[in-house]
Amino acid sequence: MTIETTTTGILALIAIMTVVTLATRFGGVFVMSFVRISPRIESFINTMASSVLIAIIVPMAFSGDAGAVAALSVTAALMLALRKPLPAIAAGIVAAGLVRYLV
Amino acid sequence: MRLEFFRLFPISLFVVAFGAAFGLAATQKGLPPLDAILMSTTVFAGASQFAAIEMWGNEVSVLPLVAVVFAINSRHLLMGASLYPMLKDVSPGRRYSLLLLLTDANWAVSAQDYQNGKRNLEVILGGGLVLWLAWIVGTWLGVYFGGLLQNPKSLGLDMVLGCFLLAMALGGKKSPRVLVAWTVAGLASLAAWRWLPPNTHVVVGALAGGAVGFFWLEKQDAEASDESAEAEDGAVP
Repeated sequence: MTIETTTTGILALIAIMTVVTLATRFGGVFVMSFVRISPRIESFINTMASSVLIAIIVPMAFSGDAGAVAALSVTAALMLALRKPLPAIAAGIVAAGLVRYLV
Repeated sequence: MRLEFFRLFPISLFVVAFGAAFGLAATQKGLPPLDAILMSTTVFAGASQFAAIEMWGNEVSVLPLVAVVFAINSRHLLMGASLYPMLKDVSPGRRYSLLLLLTDANWAVSAQDYQNGKRNLEVILGGGLVLWLAWIVGTWLGVYFGGLLQNPKSLGLDMVLGCFLLAMALGGKKSPRVLVAWTVAGLASLAAWRWLPPNTHVVVGALAGGAVGFFWLEKQDAEASDESAEAEDGAVP
């Protein structure tokens, strides 16, 4: 099934995207409201939460260019050393810009 | 809540830049300006909007569009679920209103605070609002003044969210169990990224990491409170 990108067609496509995205925003919480939160489930949720971040970042580092790798390494090093997010993030972005300028 | 609005203000400036890049890409693909802004306002999920724009033409196939948007945004399912221990205490109306604004950056802050023993739903609201407004303003800028920001990549702007999420992860509680979970999550996401359909790696990796937590329960340890005190002053101001 295809929708032509006419004026109403575009609105329909945006509406479809909105509904699908909304379903992902609501779905997890909706399903959880039927689950009894045992310590085991709570442990699952908490470990999963930080794993989401890792699962976003690791493939980003592996598929990215030298700039991406530099950004993530510098951010990680500074975050572990200083425990201050803003300087760590800023230095990471500068590193990406620098590496891309030089390479 | 106002505090949380300003807490995410710095990252929002970068979201404006992303939004501008999206606005530019959308108009180049033939999406009318107002429709691009409408999409950013109602969908509010950058990566999936970029992917949708890639599929744009004189006509758009609905099922592939739905599949791609769902796959990219399926991480919201897990992010929302992880907030449930906090959200179960608020009324359903308020609960689902907050979720309208759920996105990576404000969720990461809230999840990190929760790991450190602090309930913070205000950041979902306040941080979500500033991110949403930044996304709309950015799209608007990109649509009308797209030429201003031709190559955000050369400035490293594409790495802002990655660096932000990494800083949030490393600022959280670290125990042997968490490190094992992260290793499993990292390997599983890489494997999924290599061998499974596109855009499934986040969910696969996160569930694999969660499985570690499911089978390996942590004793209520005293050292957790030391860690949280230390991480407290590391939070984004």
